[in-house]
Amino acid sequence: MGLFQGFGVTLKQMFKPRLTTPYPDAKRPKPPRFHGRHVLNRYDDGMEKCIGCELCAGVCPARCIYVRGADNPPDAPVSPGERYGFVYEINYLRCIHCDMCVEACPTEAITETKLFEFSFTNREDAIYTKTELLVDDDGRARRQPWEFWMGDEDDHTSAWMRATAPSGAVGYEDRVVWSEELGFGYRDPERGQHTAADAEDHTTNDAEDAS
Amino acid sequence: MRLLAAGDPLFADGLDFGIVLIVIVKTVVTFALLLVLVLFYIWFMRKVIADMQNRIGPARAGGRFGILQTLADGIKLFFKEQSVPDSADPFVFRLAPYLSIIPAFLAFSIIPIGGEVSMFGHETYLQLADPEIGVLFLLAMSGIGLYGVMLAGWASGSKYPLLGSVRASAQMLSYEAAFGLAVVAVLLHAGTLSTRGIVNAQAWTSWDSFATSWYWTVAVVSFAIFLVAAIAETNHPPFDLVEAEQELVGGFVTEYTGMRFAIFFLAEFMNLITMSAIAVTLFLGGPSGPALGFLPADGTVNVWLMPVFWFFAKLLFLLFCTVWVRASLPRLRYDQLMDLGWKWLIELAFLAVMVTAVVLVGRDEGWNRWVVVPASIAGAVAVLGALRLCMPKRSELVEEEA
Repeated sequence: MGLFQGFGVTLKQMFKPRLTTPYPDAKRPKPPRFHGRHVLNRYDDGMEKCIGCELCAGVCPARCIYVRGADNPPDAPVSPGERYGFVYEINYLRCIHCDMCVEACPTEAITETKLFEFSFTNREDAIYTKTELLVDDDGRARRQPWEFWMGDEDDHTSAWMRATAPSGAVGYEDRVVWSEELGFGYRDPERGQHTAADAEDHTTNDAEDAS
Repeated sequence: MRLLAAGDPLFADGLDFGIVLIVIVKTVVTFALLLVLVLFYIWFMRKVIADMQNRIGPARAGGRFGILQTLADGIKLFFKEQSVPDSADPFVFRLAPYLSIIPAFLAFSIIPIGGEVSMFGHETYLQLADPEIGVLFLLAMSGIGLYGVMLAGWASGSKYPLLGSVRASAQMLSYEAAFGLAVVAVLLHAGTLSTRGIVNAQAWTSWDSFATSWYWTVAVVSFAIFLVAAIAETNHPPFDLVEAEQELVGGFVTEYTGMRFAIFFLAEFMNLITMSAIAVTLFLGGPSGPALGFLPADGTVNVWLMPVFWFFAKLLFLLFCTVWVRASLPRLRYDQLMDLGWKWLIELAFLAVMVTAVVLVGRDEGWNRWVVVPASIAGAVAVLGALRLCMPKRSELVEEEA
């Protein structure tokens, strides 16, 4: 009698654990490769990593990044190199969070946090400038009032580049090859993206690619 | 007056101001109780269904368990605009919600909630009214409640509400027959229409009363039919074809907004609670149940509290069952609904009444009941089998149409 089996199924469910996360009070962990809103990183000594090369703007498929570089003032340099990002703007009404800017960046200046819970009441708020994007003196993302941060989980950068750098080569998984970051030092890559067998396969493939 | 309050000892020595006051207090308390029960039931339903689907359910309004969620919904609906469509019949459109809710409330007034108590020096029942016509009054009210639904759909001046109300009237008429017949079995046993009389006939004497004096055992077929037909009468899942969203948008409430919309749902849930309460009254002994043995039998706890407690315990059990059904069964197809009503429930209910009548006559005449009961049941099964044989098979019907 299927009819009465159905009653048994529903009754049995009453004693099983709940699957719901009470969302605004608690967030469930985000996946390692989650792409959220960007941050502009700084070196350990406080210098900005961005060199104003505009590669991120060039690679952006949504054309949401606007960068202008300028020569570093000799007496008060902003970045270690010759030039720095004078203007850096991301329009979040256009950004599709594809992470290609992160892959393109030669200095790891731009990375993505895991924060996606932000909304605006006007279009100007949707354009993040350096004021909002640049990390603060602790190396953490500046938390805007219209963004919903909880704990420090959202601070984690998207693990894809971090686990595979440089240039997305999987063979570098679990090996730290990124430069130091303000406040974090050398960040460990997030693990658990591949099974051990997968990792071996990819290592051999990438070794061939590299040669 | 006599007709409405025949059994209640409150009216034995004529009327005075105090008695009128007691009646007014009882009316207000009953009304408030029913409203609070609806608020509680909707919250309870959402919580239990959530449990059955591994969810949490309402958890924000009114603390961790969201107990005030229904109240919040009600307040929201209260402050929303009430629109009347251009094509609607404005008077009937405004009237329909009240036609729906007033019978829903009136039907509850005959439910015996507790025992006989003494209130300000007057003996009275814990029940708003105890008319001689009792259960007939319930059937009448559930019939009138149909007008609210029907007129709402008709007065909306819109297609889907009209279809919904046509379905509602067809469904409620179909199941009213089985519903009424299921009640008749109990009436035959009790020999009275008064709800108080029926409850008194099921009074608690010992632990055997659970099986011997409550009617759910002797009228078990009628009990089952009553539960099914009651859910169908109140248009609750799996019989909610009236509001089948996939087919009819919102059914007869499609054009309703704000408080009028809320009133329809209030009435619907009131009806469900009333039906459950009637099932408790007719089949589960109403407020009867074991008293606390170590307390005096005429003390406050045993006279006031225990009957009310047992009534609500049984009511809660049945309400849980309605939620359980809601969570477990998918909505019936329209032809399945009509098949179940006309080809199964009415026959079964009718045969159950016949068997009950035969058994009761046999008891009065002193026939051997070990012969009478099996023989009448066998006869009923034979009639049922013959009826099934006479009915055309579905394949035959389809062939004819082709």
